[in-house]
Amino acid sequence: MSIQAVDPVLVLALVLNFFILANSQLRMVVFAVAIQGAILGLMYPIAHQGFNPPAGVAVEAIGALTLVRLVLLAMAIVLIKGYVIPRLLFRAMREANIIWHVESVIGLTPTLLLGAVGTALALAFAQSLPIKPGHTSTLVIPASLATALTGFLMLITRRKAISQVLGYVVLENGIFIFGLLLIEAVPVLVEFGVLLDLFVGVFVMGIIINHVNRSFPAATSEHLSMLRE
Amino acid sequence: MNTILLNMIHVAVVLTVPPLLLGVINKTKAWFAGRRGPPVLQPYYDLRKLIVKGSVFSETTTWVFRFGPVVGLATALVAAAIIPLGQRDAPLSFVGDMILFAYVLSLGRFFTMAAALDTGSAFEGMGSAREATYGCLAEPVLLFGLLVLAKVSMMAGVSESLSMNGMLGESLTKEWSVAGASMLLVLISWFIVLLVENSRIPFDDPNTHLELTMIHEVMVLDHCGPALAMILYGAAVRLFIFAALVVRLAIPLQSGFALWNWGLFLVGVLAVAVGVGIVESIMARLRLTVIPNLLVGAGVLVAFGLVLVLSH
Amino acid sequence: MAIWLVLCPVLFAGVAFAVPSERWRPWLVPLGAAMHLALVVLCLQQPEVTAFQHWLRLDPLGKVFLLFISVFFLICASYTPGYLAHDHKRSNRVLCTCLLLSLGTMTLVIISHHLGLMWIAVEATTLSTAPCIYFNHNPRSLEATWKYLLICSVGIALALMGSFFLAYASLFSGEHSTLLFDDLVRLAPKLDVRWLHVAFVLTLVGYGTKMGLAPMHTWLPDAHSESPALVSALLSGALLNCAFLGILRIFQICDAAGEGPYARRMLLFIGLFSMAIAAVSMARQRDIKRIVAYSSVEHMGMLAFGIGIGGAAAVFAALLHVIHNGMTKGWLFLSAGNIYHAFGTKDTDKLQGALRRVPFSGWMFLLGFLAITGSPPFGPFVSEFQLIVASFTAQHYWAGGLFLALLLLVFIGMGYTIFGISLGRPAQLESDRGFQDSFGTGFPILLYMSLILLLGLYNPPFLTTMLHDAAAFLEAH
Repeated sequence: MSIQAVDPVLVLALVLNFFILANSQLRMVVFAVAIQGAILGLMYPIAHQGFNPPAGVAVEAIGALTLVRLVLLAMAIVLIKGYVIPRLLFRAMREANIIWHVESVIGLTPTLLLGAVGTALALAFAQSLPIKPGHTSTLVIPASLATALTGFLMLITRRKAISQVLGYVVLENGIFIFGLLLIEAVPVLVEFGVLLDLFVGVFVMGIIINHVNRSFPAATSEHLSMLRE
Repeated sequence: MNTILLNMIHVAVVLTVPPLLLGVINKTKAWFAGRRGPPVLQPYYDLRKLIVKGSVFSETTTWVFRFGPVVGLATALVAAAIIPLGQRDAPLSFVGDMILFAYVLSLGRFFTMAAALDTGSAFEGMGSAREATYGCLAEPVLLFGLLVLAKVSMMAGVSESLSMNGMLGESLTKEWSVAGASMLLVLISWFIVLLVENSRIPFDDPNTHLELTMIHEVMVLDHCGPALAMILYGAAVRLFIFAALVVRLAIPLQSGFALWNWGLFLVGVLAVAVGVGIVESIMARLRLTVIPNLLVGAGVLVAFGLVLVLSH
Repeated sequence: MAIWLVLCPVLFAGVAFAVPSERWRPWLVPLGAAMHLALVVLCLQQPEVTAFQHWLRLDPLGKVFLLFISVFFLICASYTPGYLAHDHKRSNRVLCTCLLLSLGTMTLVIISHHLGLMWIAVEATTLSTAPCIYFNHNPRSLEATWKYLLICSVGIALALMGSFFLAYASLFSGEHSTLLFDDLVRLAPKLDVRWLHVAFVLTLVGYGTKMGLAPMHTWLPDAHSESPALVSALLSGALLNCAFLGILRIFQICDAAGEGPYARRMLLFIGLFSMAIAAVSMARQRDIKRIVAYSSVEHMGMLAFGIGIGGAAAVFAALLHVIHNGMTKGWLFLSAGNIYHAFGTKDTDKLQGALRRVPFSGWMFLLGFLAITGSPPFGPFVSEFQLIVASFTAQHYWAGGLFLALLLLVFIGMGYTIFGISLGRPAQLESDRGFQDSFGTGFPILLYMSLILLLGLYNPPFLTTMLHDAAAFLEAH
C-alpha cells in the first residue's frame, strides 16, 4: 500500500531537483528546497509504516508511543525544513541588498543538463547496487543519489554563498531519502539529532553569510578567495 | 458507427472549431482584465474580412513568400487528420504516423520561416532566427513525449502501439495506471510545448505591437488579405492540434457513444483554451535569455519521464 | 558515569556563557578541562564504562584517544587565560563557551558506539569550533570559517551517507538494520560486499575531509592560519584525531568483514598522497601558521599510512603517533602564536630573528620544528621510526621508501622557512605590539615540550599497555 504512496512523492522530489537547478530566481529556489524538505518529512511516518521487513525477522506492531514519536518527528522535519530554514536564509539576506538572482559558474542550462544526466546515471547505477527484492520501491536509492548529486552540483557551480547553503540542504535531503529505508538503525532520536545538526548548521551559516554581506556587499565566492596557496 | 460518418465529423470539427479557440482565449483574457472583450466568434469575422480583401506583395519576394501560408495551413490540416480526436480512429493513421506528425508540423514551421526570410527585411529575419532557436528546443520535447507514449503503450499491451491512434486511443486509462508519473510529466511538458509552438505568453506576446519583442507575429508582418487569413487559420488549427494532444492525454475516458466522446473532447479543448487564457493573464512574458532555460527544463522533465519508464 | 564525561564540559560551557566577567571567564576553561581529566582518570580505573545499552561505550581504542585529548586540552586550556589577557578588544564569551562545548562533543565522538550518534557528535564538533575560528572577526578569518564550515559539513554529510549504506548492508544480509558498532562488528562477515565497499569509500572521504587528508584538506591551512593560536592547536591536536577515530571504526568493521586488504590499500594510498601534497605545498610557504597546518596534513597522512601498512606493530606506531603528533602540534602552534603576537604579522618575508625578539618562544618553535620532523630525542622520532620499521617488515618497500623521501622533502621545505624566521637580527616592524614572553603563554608550551621529550626517551608502562590493548582491539578480527 504505502510503496505506491512513496513513489509519487519521490518523483516529485526529483522533479523539484530540476526546478532547483534551473531556476534563476533565488526566492523560488529557496521555496523549492523548502517544499522538497517538507514533503520528504511528511513521507517519513508513511514510509516507516509500510516497508516489508526482511523474511524471518519478527515484525513488531507499531505501538502507539512509536507512532506518536514518528508523527512528532515528521512535524519537526516539516517545520524546520519547510519553514524555519527558509526564514533563516531570507533573514540572513535581507540585511544586505542582495540581488535575488542566481549566479552560476557554468550557466543554468548546462547545470540542468548535468543534473539530468546525473539523475539518469543514478537510475542506472542503482540497478547494480543490490536491493532486497520486494523490500521497497525501486525509486528510493536512485532518488537519494540523484538528490545528493543535485546538492553537489549546486555546491560546485554556484557563486553565491546562500546557493551553496541551499546545496548543502538539498544534499541532506538526499541522504534523508536513503534513511527512509532504515527504521531500526536510525531511530527517532538519531533523526532528531541529524535534524538539529542541520538546523544549527544552517543557523551558523546564516550568521556567517550575514557577516560576509556586511564585509563584502556584493559577495560571491570569488570575493572569498583572499586566502590562497 | 459508420467509419465514413465519423471521419466526416472529424474533418468538420477540424475545419470549424479552431478559430473558436482563439476567441475563447481572448474572451478569457478580457474577463480577467475586467473588460467585456471582443465577441467569441470574432476570429471568424476576421477571417471573412481578410478573405475578401486584396493582396499586396513586395517586389523583393518570390514564390516562397506566396507558398508559405499555403504550406502552413496544409500541414496543419494534415497533422490534424493524424491525431484521434473524439473518436477511436483518426482518418489518416498508419503505423509510425507519429513521425509524420512531428515532421509535418516542422515543415509548416520551416516554410513560415522561409517566407519570412524571403521578404529580405530585418525584422522578419530576426523573427525567423528566434523561431528557429525555440523550435530546436521545443521539438525534442514533442518527440520525447511521443517516445514515452510509445513505450508506455507497448508496456500496456496496445496492439498498434506505434501510431497515434494506438497511443492516444482507447487504452489510455491502462497507460495511466502503468506509468502515471511519466504520463504526468509528458502532459506538463506538452502544455509548455503548446505555449511555445503557438507563440503564447510566457514565450511570446501575441498582442504586442513592438516588433523587436515579437517572434511569431513579426514573421507574418508582411502578409495581408487571403494569405493572412490562411496564416491566421493555420495558427488556429495548430493551437487546436496541440490542445487536442493535451486533452487526449489528460482525459482518458472513453465510452461507446460517439456523441458523448465528441462532446467531452470539445469541452476539454475549450477548457484548454480557457487555461491558456488564464496562463496568459497571470504571467508576464519571460526574458528572452530565460526562455531556453524553461524549454530545456521541459525537455529534461520529459526525458526524466522517459528514463523512469525505461527503468521499470 | 559515561554521560558525565560529556555533560561536565557542557555544563561548564553553560556557566562560561552566563558568567559576565571578562577577566575571570577564561579561567573556567582550564577548570573545566581539569575536571574532565579527573573524570577520565576515574573512568579508566573502571573495568567497563558503558551507558544506554551500548550506545556509549569506552573501548580500549577510545581510552587512548580520550586520555590523550583530555590531557592535551588541559594544557591548551591553561594557555587560554594568558592569551586572552593580551586581547581586550573582543568579548571572549563565545570563545570560552565554544571551547568547552567542543571538548564535550569530542568526548561524545570518542565514547559513542552508535555510528549515527557518532555522526551527530562529529558534526557538533564542526559547529562548535567554527565560532572559535572566527574569533578575530576580520575578513580573512571570515573566509576561513566559511570554508571550514561548508567543506567539513559537506564532507561529513557524505560520511552520513556512508554510515547509512553500512546500515543497509546489515539489512541486506537478513538482519535488522543497525548502526550499533558492536552489532556491526559481529555481523561483519555477513555484510554485503558491494555496499560495504561503497560505505567505506564514502566514510573515508567524509571523515577524511574532517581529518585533513588530501585532496579534501583545502579548508585546513586557511582555518589553522586564521584562527587564534590555541584554537589552531585544538583543531590540529584534538579534532583531527577525533575524525581519525571515525575512520578507524569503519575500518574495523571492514576488517572484521574480511575486506581488510581493500581498506588498507585505500588508506595507504590516501596517506601517501596527503604526505606528498603537504610536502609540495610546504615549500615556499609564506605564513608560519600555514606551514604548521600543512605539517598537520602530512602527519594525518602518516596516520593513514600506518593503518594502511597493517599489523600490530604498525597500528601501535600509528596510535603512538597520534599522541606524539598531537602534543607536538600543540607545542608548535602555541609558539607560533606567540611569535605572531610579538611581531604582529605572520608573513615570513617580514619575520626574522625570532630567537632574539622572543627568545623562549623562538627557541621553542625551532625545537618544535625539529621534533615534528622526527629528530631524536623527541617523541615523533620514536613513532615515525617504528612506522618505517613496520612498513619494511611488512615488505611494503616502495611505500616505506616513499615515506622516507617525503619526510626529507618536508624537512627541507619547512626548515628553509623556519630557520629563516628564527635566525638573524629582528627587524623593527610597525605591527610590533610589544609582546613579551610571559608565564601564562610560556608554561603550557614548556609542558608540551617536556611531555614530548619524556615520551621520546621513555614510554611509561601504562601507556604501552593501553596502546597494545588498543592495537589488539583494532586488529582483533
